[in-house]
Amino acid sequence: MTGNSLDQHMQRYAQRTNGMRASAIRALFAVANRPEVVSLAGGMPYLKSLPLESLAAEAGALVAEEGLVALQYGSGQGIPQLREQICQVMALEGISAHPDDVMVTVGSQMALDLTTRIFCDPGDVILAEAPSYVGALGTFRAYQADVVHVAMDDDGLIPEALFAAIDACAVAGRRVKLLYTIPNFHNPAGVTLSDERRPIIAEICREAGIAVLEDNPYGLLGFDDRLRRALRADDPDNVIYLGSFSKTFAPGLRVGWVLAPHAVREKLVLANEAATLNPPVFNQMLISRYLAKFDWLGQIKAYRNTYAERRDAMLGALQTHMPEGTTWTDPDGGFYVWVTLPEGFDAAAMLPRAVTARVAYVPGTAFYADGLGSRQLRLSYCFPTSERIVEGVRRLAGVLDNELDVMRTFGTSVSRPAVGPASPSPDTA
Amino acid sequence: MSRHVVVLAGGLSHERDVSLRSGSRLYESLRHHGMEVTLRDVDSDLIPWLIETKPDAAIITLHGGRGENGAIQGILEMVGVPYLGTPAKNCRLAWEKNIAKNLVERSGFTTPSWMSLSHNTFRDLGAGALIDALVGYLGLPLMVKPQHGGSALGASVVRSAGELPAALVGAFAYGEIVVVEIFVDGVELAITVIEEADGARALPAVEIAPSSGIFDYESRYTAGLTTYFTPARLSDEVAAAAADLAIGAHRVLGLRDVSRTDAIASPDGTVHFLEVNVSPGLTETSMLPMSVSAAGRDLGDVYANLVERAIARAV
Repeated sequence: MTGNSLDQHMQRYAQRTNGMRASAIRALFAVANRPEVVSLAGGMPYLKSLPLESLAAEAGALVAEEGLVALQYGSGQGIPQLREQICQVMALEGISAHPDDVMVTVGSQMALDLTTRIFCDPGDVILAEAPSYVGALGTFRAYQADVVHVAMDDDGLIPEALFAAIDACAVAGRRVKLLYTIPNFHNPAGVTLSDERRPIIAEICREAGIAVLEDNPYGLLGFDDRLRRALRADDPDNVIYLGSFSKTFAPGLRVGWVLAPHAVREKLVLANEAATLNPPVFNQMLISRYLAKFDWLGQIKAYRNTYAERRDAMLGALQTHMPEGTTWTDPDGGFYVWVTLPEGFDAAAMLPRAVTARVAYVPGTAFYADGLGSRQLRLSYCFPTSERIVEGVRRLAGVLDNELDVMRTFGTSVSRPAVGPASPSPDTA
Repeated sequence: MSRHVVVLAGGLSHERDVSLRSGSRLYESLRHHGMEVTLRDVDSDLIPWLIETKPDAAIITLHGGRGENGAIQGILEMVGVPYLGTPAKNCRLAWEKNIAKNLVERSGFTTPSWMSLSHNTFRDLGAGALIDALVGYLGLPLMVKPQHGGSALGASVVRSAGELPAALVGAFAYGEIVVVEIFVDGVELAITVIEEADGARALPAVEIAPSSGIFDYESRYTAGLTTYFTPARLSDEVAAAAADLAIGAHRVLGLRDVSRTDAIASPDGTVHFLEVNVSPGLTETSMLPMSVSAAGRDLGDVYANLVERAIARAV
């Protein structure tokens, strides 16, 4: 008698699907989106502060006035007007770019995918901060690239650690293709690469023949009104720059971009056309109108003020409620605080207990490709109100108390299976 | 006149994701059957909605927590909405795995020896001594699982005493009480019982053969990782014993309309009761729909008939 495995294609899948399995940890995020739960998990912008009525009118006008273009196929590289405007946005961080070298993508996640696709063969090494963005790790894994993490401190990526990682790869005969870095208000770590280190990091990579993939979705969301100079600004030939409207405007539109040296951009456009034909024209045109007609810089300032207030609420609550031995980062912008729990805690194993207590976070292991991060977790302050953030941290403290109680009973050296990086999802973006 | 049925799915348990998939599948099956169906989550608006809407019947596809511990069933009784499934007070018996095992064992069926212990007990009496006593009493290997809930969440097999603390910590993440029972090596079975005009009957048992050897969450909900045989590859005698066990558990626990019993058939032919589900999964990888299909039935038909029974009971 033949059994039924419920998947007749099981023997046909590519090797890269090996990690694509149901996950109890991932399933828990279904609960996180419920209003009863204080979700400190997802990186969702606070869209309530957008001028929704005016945007609705603009979207209607777009269809009425330019519908035959907005609803038609478009250029694989993106519409020229938006690419020009993107250059103006990037100029705020010191980048001088030509619109021809910009390609619009379906969110910067697609740019990550395409860049990995054109650069990496299976087994190639990508250097990435420790920890790093879960969505990037998922993409790198999908292309069977190996991630080697590089340590950070409060000033971001440590140049000596980068040197050491490159040396170690060279000794092992491994081919390093890219350094993937989030220099501003890092996801998940919340730290920012110092001004002093930026040229050093760029030079190390240039000397080693490693391209830099600079991912900068949060650069305009600094709380001190100071704009950091992009790595790309001073190294246009070796830095591939990723930008996004997801955090500064609206993630539902799924519009991001990549700025790349001419030859790289040519390949990216071909890859983009192969993947999607073209990025959504309607969404590009809506963003273009938004940039042209709305006070988008004022909107970013409003976002910044909201997030700064919420960051303060979160840091204050952590100070009040966290047990001794817990540490956390102090972000100057962006969405995230990175928390390190005392020895013995396991943030992934603790997540069911947190869900029972109606609070959610992203376990630290999701942000490492090598199983590290069990004592760490990412908290987002971008979406819940300050009052909800304080309540969420209070609930988290209760979870930690209960977990500590269990650890005291069974010992802190109990080893639990490491939970590998989760697949990227909107809950962990 | 078309019946208006509300399918309750989602909730806030650890199994919300699975519940949403179960509810969605049943919603489609019943719609194809011509019913007016509302798929609804459980939230603070539910009770006013039930009172105002007065659906003809409710089907609970919530897994874990309030969907299986009798809370939602009790609410439906309070607001006077007929529902498909086990009455609230009996849900509580099935929900407590140790009580269900106890009652089924008292009825003459076999269940692996077990202990049900709270975290407080380990803390107050000393984990080391209690773990030693557990291993001494039950032996090895052991199955450790939370007292409440399903989908194998927090469950693990322990093959040495040294693995027991980690397994206990993993189970306590899902609740304050754990069940530690002897691990029986054998053929894993899921047996669905449905009640129809001629009484309760067992559908063909599903034999579960996970490629990893352990039917954990990943193996349950990733198509392709587990092979299912329906009906199970059992001798007629053992198949009959499995059906008897499932019907026996259904009766002794006072279950109603539909249930799924999880069991193990050991090499000597004994069928061991593990636990029972009053709100069995209905996802694409769940066992109840496989049994229904193997019996030559349609899921929508089966549930539509059960809805009529629920409505008739309330009249």
